[in-house]
Parts: sequence; structure tokens; C-alpha cells
Amino acid sequence: MEFRSPEFKTRAVHALHDANLQKALSNTKAGFVVKRAQAAAEMPEFEALRDTAAEIKNHVLANLDHYLEKYEAAVTAAGGHVHYATDAEDARRIILGICKKANAKRITKGKSMVSEEMSLNEALIGEGYEVVETDLGEYIIQLADEPPSHIIAPAIHKTKDQVADLFAAAHNKPRKTDRAALVAEAREVLREKYFTAEVGITGGNFLVAETGSSVIVTNEGNGDLTQTLAKVHIVTSGIERVIPTLDDLSVFLRILARSATGQETESYTTFSTGPRRPGDIDGPEEYHVVLLDNGRSKMLGSRFQDMLRCIRCGACMNHCPVYGSIGGHAYGWVYPGPMGSVLTPLIKGMDGTYDLPNACTLNGRCQSVCPVRIPLPDLLREIRHQQFRKDMTPKRQKQALKLWRYVAERPKLYHFAERIGVRILASMANGKGKLRSLPFDPGWTGARDLPAPTGRTFLELWQAKRGDK
Amino acid sequence: MSSRDTIFKAIRQGLGRGPLDDAARAKLDARIAEPPQHIRATVDDADLVARFAQRFESRSGTTERIASLADVPAAVAALAESYAIAPSAVVGTALGELAWPEGWQIDHGAATIDVMLGVSLAWRGIAETGSILMLSGPERPITHNFVPETHVVVLPVEHLVRHYEDCWVALREAGQGAPRAMNFISGPSRTGDVEQTIELGAHGPRRMHVLILG
Repeated sequence: MEFRSPEFKTRAVHALHDANLQKALSNTKAGFVVKRAQAAAEMPEFEALRDTAAEIKNHVLANLDHYLEKYEAAVTAAGGHVHYATDAEDARRIILGICKKANAKRITKGKSMVSEEMSLNEALIGEGYEVVETDLGEYIIQLADEPPSHIIAPAIHKTKDQVADLFAAAHNKPRKTDRAALVAEAREVLREKYFTAEVGITGGNFLVAETGSSVIVTNEGNGDLTQTLAKVHIVTSGIERVIPTLDDLSVFLRILARSATGQETESYTTFSTGPRRPGDIDGPEEYHVVLLDNGRSKMLGSRFQDMLRCIRCGACMNHCPVYGSIGGHAYGWVYPGPMGSVLTPLIKGMDGTYDLPNACTLNGRCQSVCPVRIPLPDLLREIRHQQFRKDMTPKRQKQALKLWRYVAERPKLYHFAERIGVRILASMANGKGKLRSLPFDPGWTGARDLPAPTGRTFLELWQAKRGDK
Repeated sequence: MSSRDTIFKAIRQGLGRGPLDDAARAKLDARIAEPPQHIRATVDDADLVARFAQRFESRSGTTERIASLADVPAAVAALAESYAIAPSAVVGTALGELAWPEGWQIDHGAATIDVMLGVSLAWRGIAETGSILMLSGPERPITHNFVPETHVVVLPVEHLVRHYEDCWVALREAGQGAPRAMNFISGPSRTGDVEQTIELGAHGPRRMHVLILG
């Protein structure tokens, strides 16, 4: 996937003025946020499950080499193949090799963010393969030739009318505007693809070391058809997604859907273990797992190790006021929102990702809903520290902070400056109670007003009320 | 150095240690052999069947109680008639020999693109979430679960358990390891990808009906 994080600021401004996007984003707030809160409230064990999930992930990370070896041995014993890829290029080479050997022409894909990390579609299409995304949301954005804007709801930024236009153009059928008719049309078109694809590629939400199973969680059943009907099934996943046992997995099944969509469970949780067995009359003949590192091993033992607990539920972005205002595309790479603002600088490097951790208000909502309790605001702050140490902070901001620090360390001077400041702002407001624009930072008031102070500081008011002591 | 070696080296470097010693490995292996039991959702319902049905139906599935395996064909035929589905189905041989009404075409093979109705035997039902667990195998073709537009599942009450974890106990007791595919299915296929509004029948079955047997 193309890397456009350096354009964050212009993309964010563009997003704020995109009426369709703003309409679509308003649906998110009412949908995922409310449903997650209900699901969490209905389950007394939910908070304890989050603690347990974080503990299991920490245990896995501390012993990651061992659990990967166990998982690999179990996959091999079941007749499957595990491939390790250090980076995106390595992964593309491996997968292109498998597709070539399978003599593939058509490749179906279930949703996989790791495959987006690999820029896999571009590579496959470049080699002449027909690639069909089968998750309805992914299919919609594939037709629109756009990247996903949300990790679990990739087409969340599209309105029904836009989907209708895309389908009418791609399917050569009369334009439909009824939601059910649109879904039915996609079903019909994609069905043909499942049955004729030689290779099916899916993600892997979890990898179970005990059994050598890859696990995907879906509502549509597209991943299941993708991996069942193709001759070759390729799983793309990250090295950190291994889990010791089925019992450990059960904890995650209880928190993933609730955190992601507010469902008690999705329609399908599917375990795949190797290729078809003797006597089986369906299922793939070959089974491959491609495990991607791409910067993950470097996070181990670093200040960012906690990020490797992430189960990609999307709760952090659903609850992020910044994501809620600008959507996923502004972030410019695979992972948007809070988790993406941590992962993108760590995977793609500090260059060109400066704005991501800085486009955060540190309000902490992401951390409060993260099912594996990743301290996202702390990690974002840590990236800011590193940017500062690398001297990446803009000069003006540095000078302003230095000045603020100088004043803040001298209480008398601070209060004096404050008294002057509120009086100036109050007189500028001219009794209207708000300021339409600020002299030194017009950007701040570009899309909002600053409530004006009344002319006295908090301390002054407090002293007046209490009687000066 | 292979990519595998590079990654394992990087992992150990990050963790600040070399390969684990035998004692540490044995301890981790024991954790897999005797998995620690974690907190679960409370399922204190006296009537597990009622809980299962309520949960499954909350996601637009339907259920029906039948007394014996011999009742399956009639129940399936009635359902087919009410939805105007032609009398033809793929049926897993795990259900054994069933006496289908006259005119019914029954196929035990893999489901092909035009199959409209599938009938399968559940391996377990989970009361906690109202889900069924399907295992793959020659007698339980996995395409039956996903390809037909309507999927009927027979769930014997003795195979209805409380939690996911009860399935793992049963699976380990069976001693065959994990089958090629295991599917927890909790209702019809659905999507919210068009404006976050749920539509049924995205890719998998549009309709799911569980015959609770016993």
C-alpha cells in the first residue's frame, strides 16, 4: 500500500471538507461506540477478561521464539508449510512463488491488513494475476481503487449511493439503490470468483501453537469460502499473533467481537489446520502460512513492546475523536487512528510520519477501551520524545515550549502574564464571549471559536470568592 | 542467513537472551499440555437449550425442537416448502441414513455453486453464545456449511455444552488433534459494510435453522 503519511496535514484538511466522508463518519459514532459500551456493560467478566488477555499476550511475547517453534511444528505435522518473511519484499517474493507454482490465474482474498502491509495486491496484479477482494467492504474499495480507511470496516467512508455507483459501473447491471439488493448483487458476482480461484489468501487473527491452527473471525463468511474453495490456501499473519492454547484463545474470542463491533460473537470463527486430509472431499490441497516480521521483532524489549499485544479490533480508532473527524485515509498508510499512529512510525520509520503521533489530543479514550490494555497515549508520547531527541520538532514549537517552560517555572511571572493575557483576550472579544480568530495561531480558530475569558484569572476569582488570605 | 534465522535472532536479541534452556522449554510445554483455565462468561442457566435458542435467535437464526433423528427429513421438507426451496439438498453422511420424502434429491458430495440447501450434523453446541461447532471430515464436508443459501443444522442436546472450553476438553478426549477445519457458527452470514446497517446473506447462508434433537 502506498505510503502517504507525509501528506497527513493536507489529507486531514481535505477529509474535514468531504461531506460524504463526514456523513459516513457520523454513522461510526452511533454504531460501534454505542454497541461496544452495551456489550461491555452486559458482561460482568469483561474487565477481568481484558486483564487476562493482556497477561496471555505478555507471556507469549516473553517466549515468542518458543511458541513460534511450537506453532510451526504443529502446522508442519498437519501437512502445512510455514514461511518466515523479514519484510514486505520478502513476503511478496514468497507468495508470488507459491502462486506461480500453483499455476494460478485468479486469486481470491479475505480481509488481511498484513497483506496491505506487504502491498500484496499491487505485486500480484503487477504479475498479471486477477485479484478479487471478497470482504464486501474490501470489494467496494477495490472497485473504487482506494485503500481501506478502517481496519475492520474498510469501506466505512463510503455512502450507499457511492456503492450503488461503483456496482453499476463494474457489474454492467442496472443501478440499484436498495441496500439488500446491493449486497445480493455482490454475493452473486463474488460466488463465481470463489469457485474458480486457484489460490485463496486470508489473514490470521490468531495462530494456535497447540494445534497449528490459524483462526479468522468474520461475519460474512467470505474468508471461509475463500480458503475452502481454492486449491491453495495462503494465510498472511504477523509473527506476534501466536497464542499457546485453545483455552487461551477462548479469552480473546470473548473480547474481540465485543470490542470491535459490540457483538457477543461474530457469525463465524474459523480454524484452519493444514490442507485437506485423506478422505476429505473438500478443502484446499495446499496450506501455507506466511509470517511477517516487518519491524515487529525490533519492538520486543523496546519501550513499544506493549504494542505487540494488539489484536486489531479497531476499538481505539472508533473511540478516537481525531479519527472520528478525519477518517482513516488521512493517516496515509495501512493502520489509521491511535494504533496506526504508533505502528506507522515504528514500521515505516520516523521520516514522513512526524504528524501522526502529534495529531493526538492525549484524551486517553483509546486506552480506556483497548481490550489488551495497550497504553496508547504513553506510546504516542514516547514517539514524540524520540522525535524531539532526533531534533524533528519544528523550531517555532520548540521555542514556544522553551518560553512556556521559562515562565511556568516562575509562578509570579506566570500569574502576571496570565493576568495580562486574559485581559487582552477579554477586550479582544469585545463582550461577545468568543474569539473568531487568534492573532498568533489562526489555525486553532480555523474551524472553531475560542471561548473568551471574562477578564479575570481563575486565581483572582478564587481569591475574591474566598476572601484573600 | 535464512529469513527464519534472522527473525529468531532478532526476537532473542530483543528479549535480551539466547535460546531458552531445557527447563524453561519444558515448563512452557507443560503449559500447553495442561492449559491454564481462565475466567469465562457466567452461564448459570438451568435450561441450556433455552439459552442456546435465545442467543442463536438474537442473531436472526431460527431453531426448532425435534424428538428423533427420523424427524429430520420432515422438518427440512417443511422448511423448504415455506421458503419455496426446491426439494434437493447436500447432506453430510454423519447424519446416517435418513428416509427422505419422495421426490427429494439428496447428494452427499461437496456443495457446488448451485446448491441451495445443506443439512449437517453439529459436533457441539455452545450455550454461552448460542453457537454451533462444526468439524470437517469426509462425513462432514465443510462446503455444506458455507455454500448453500439455507443451512439446516442438527444439534443433539447431549452435545450442547456451556462454554467454548468444554469443546476443547471433548476434542482432546477424542485424541485426533484438530481437524482440518473447525467452525464456530453463530447465525446467518451478515455484513454491515454498507453504511453499518446489517444485511443477511453476504456470502454464506442467508438463513440458518437449528434442529435441536432430543
